[in-house]
Amino acid sequence: MDDRVHIEQEQALGWRAFLMPVGAIVALVGLAMGIWFLVDRQAAPNAAAALFDAIGNPAEAQALRGGSGNKNVVKLILAAVALLVGVGGIWFFYAGLNAVVMRLSARWRGRLLPWVFVGPALALLTIYLVWPAVSTFVKSLTEGAGLANYEWALTTPANHAMYFNNLLWLVVGVAGSVGFGLLIAGLVDRVRYESVAKIFIFLPLAISLVGASVIWRFVYAWKPPSQPQYGLLNAIWTGLGQEPVPWIQTPEFHINTFALIFILIWLQTGFAMVVLSAAIKGVPTEITEAARLDGASERQLFRRIIVPMIRGSLITVTVTTAIVVLKIFDIVYVMTGGRFDTDVIAHQMIFQAFQFFNVGRASVLAVILFVAVLPLMLINIRNVRREGIAA
Amino acid sequence: MSAGIGSPGVAPGESYRSVFVRRLPLRVAVIAICLVWFIPTLGILVSSFRPAGDITQNGWWDALLHPFESTWTTLNYEQVLGTENMANAFINSLIVTIPSTVIPITVAAFAAYAFAWMRFPFRRTLFLVVIALLVVPLQMSLIPVLEMYRILGITNSFLGVWLAHTAFGLPLAIFLLYNFISQLPGDLFETASIDGATHFQMFRRVVLPLSIPALAAFAIFQFLWVWNDLLVALVFLSAETEQSVMTLELSKLVGGRGQAWHLLTAGAFVTMLLPVTVFLLLQRYFVRGILSGSVKG
Repeated sequence: MDDRVHIEQEQALGWRAFLMPVGAIVALVGLAMGIWFLVDRQAAPNAAAALFDAIGNPAEAQALRGGSGNKNVVKLILAAVALLVGVGGIWFFYAGLNAVVMRLSARWRGRLLPWVFVGPALALLTIYLVWPAVSTFVKSLTEGAGLANYEWALTTPANHAMYFNNLLWLVVGVAGSVGFGLLIAGLVDRVRYESVAKIFIFLPLAISLVGASVIWRFVYAWKPPSQPQYGLLNAIWTGLGQEPVPWIQTPEFHINTFALIFILIWLQTGFAMVVLSAAIKGVPTEITEAARLDGASERQLFRRIIVPMIRGSLITVTVTTAIVVLKIFDIVYVMTGGRFDTDVIAHQMIFQAFQFFNVGRASVLAVILFVAVLPLMLINIRNVRREGIAA
Repeated sequence: MSAGIGSPGVAPGESYRSVFVRRLPLRVAVIAICLVWFIPTLGILVSSFRPAGDITQNGWWDALLHPFESTWTTLNYEQVLGTENMANAFINSLIVTIPSTVIPITVAAFAAYAFAWMRFPFRRTLFLVVIALLVVPLQMSLIPVLEMYRILGITNSFLGVWLAHTAFGLPLAIFLLYNFISQLPGDLFETASIDGATHFQMFRRVVLPLSIPALAAFAIFQFLWVWNDLLVALVFLSAETEQSVMTLELSKLVGGRGQAWHLLTAGAFVTMLLPVTVFLLLQRYFVRGILSGSVKG
C-alpha cells in the first residue's frame, strides 16, 4: 500500500522526481569535497590565498601559500567548512542515499531502505567499537611480550599498588559521592530554598575534570611554613596550629589519593543528589505521614522508610558512579601524572601506550578495565531498562 | 513549595519560634554544605582577577574581605586569551563539539527509527548488539582506531575526532532514542503512510518534532561530554597543534606552568564559561540529560 502511493506521487511530480536524484548526487559530491577539504592540510590556506588574490592582496596570498600569513582567516574558513560538512553534510548524506534508493523498484526499495537508515550507525559501531575491541584483545595476547604482558600486569608490585589505588577510588569515591548525595537530597528536601541549594551542589557537574582539577589544585596549594599559605586547605590547617602539608605530593596513608578522590566526590555528588532527590519525591506522602503519626522521628523515617523505598535508584546511582570511578583518568593525569604513588589503571594504560609505546601492556590494561566494568554495566543496563530513568 | 515528604508543618501546640529553633541545625547544615561546594570555585574566580604577583602573596579570601585595599585586573584573561592560545582553543572546542553532538544524534535517530518501525532481517539481534556495546569502555578502542587513523592520515584532524565522538556516543544515543521513538503511538504512522508519506518524510515531519525532549536531553549530555572530554582529544588531536582544544590547553598549562596561577585560574574559568552558562539556562533539560546519559561507556 505504501509503495502504490509513492508511484502515484512520483508520476504527479515528474520534474521533482528528476531533480531529486540530481540534487542528491550534487550533495554527495559536495560532501566528499568537504571531507577532502578537511583532510588536506593545505586546502584551507589555499582557499584563503585565493580569497586574498580575489580582493587584490597578492602578498598575503603568497604568504598563505608558503605556510605563513594570517592564521585567523584560515581558521575561519576551516571552521565554516567544518560546520557545513559536520552539521549539514550528515543530513545531505541521508537525504541523498534516501533519494537514490527511492529511484529503485518498489521491491528493492523495501529491502534497501531500512539499511539506509540503520547502515551508517552499524558501520560506525563496527569500525570504532566492535573491531577495535577484538583487535585490542588480540594485541594484549600477541604484541610485545605476548602472554607475558598478562604476567607483567598481574605480578608486578607497582601494578598491585595501582590496583589498590583503584580499589580506594572505588570504595571511597563511590561511598563519598552516593553518601553525600543521599544526605544532601534528604536535607534539601526539607528546606524552602531547595532549588537554589541544589544548584550549588549540582553546578560542578558542568565543569570538566580538568577544570575541577585546577580548582582543587589551588585549594591544595602548599608553601613552606615561613610564608603565608594561599591554598585554602593549608591556610585552615596552619590556622589550627599545624605544619602545612603538600597534600598532593604526600603518599603517606594515601593522603594524596584521598585528596584526588575528593575532587571526584565534589563533582559526582550532584549527580547522586539529583537522582536520589527525584526518587525521594516519589515516595508517597501517605506512607511518610502515617509513619509520623506513629511517632517516628525524622531520622527514623529517613533510615527505615525512605531509604528502603528508593533502593532501586540507590543501586543505579552506585553502579553508575562506580563505572565512572573505575575509568578515572583526567584527575590523575592533570594532578600528579601518576607520580607519588597515585597511579590508576586508565592512566597507566595511556602512559604505556603513548609514552612507552608499549601496545601490548596498554592493551592488557584496557582488557582489565573492560573486565572490571563489565558486570557493573550489565547491572546498570538491566536496571535502566526496568526502571526507565531515561528521558 | 512542593509537598515533599519533609515539610513537617507546625505540630499542634508548637509555637513558630520553637519550629524555627528546631529547624535551625538543618538550615545551618544545608548552608554549610552549599558553601563548601561553592568556595573552591569562588577562589578561582576571585584569583583570576588578581595580579600575578599578588595571588601567592596572600589568600584570595583576604583580597575578597578587603576589596578596596587590593588590586584587581583583567590582564590575566587578556594574557590567557591572547598569548596562551586559549582563544584559538575555544574556537577549536566549538568546532569539535557542535558536529560531535549533531552527527551522533542524527545517525542514532535514523537507526532508532529503523529499529522501532521498519522491518528488516536480524533487526532484534542487531539491536541487542548495539545495546551490548554500551559495556565496552572506550579505552578498548583507542589504540586500534589511532593506528587506523595513522594509515588514513587523519590523526590531528577534526574529522577524526568527530567520527570518534560520534561512534563512542552512538550506543547510548540509539538506546535512549529507541526507548522514546518506539513508544510513539503506531496510529501516527498508519495515518501518515496512508497520506502517502515515505519513511523519510515521516521521520522528518512526524518523528523528529515529537522526539524533541529526548533529542534535547541527549544533546546536552553529549555536548557536555565532548566539551569536557580530555581523553579522546588527547589521543586523536594533539596539544601541540593548531587543532588543540580547551581541555588540552588547560592541562598543558598545568603541566608546563603549574605555578602560574594567574593563567591557570583565568584559563580554568574560560573553559568553564560555556558549559556553566548552558547549565544555568537549560537547567531542566540539563538534569534530564545527566539522568539519561548516566550509562555512557
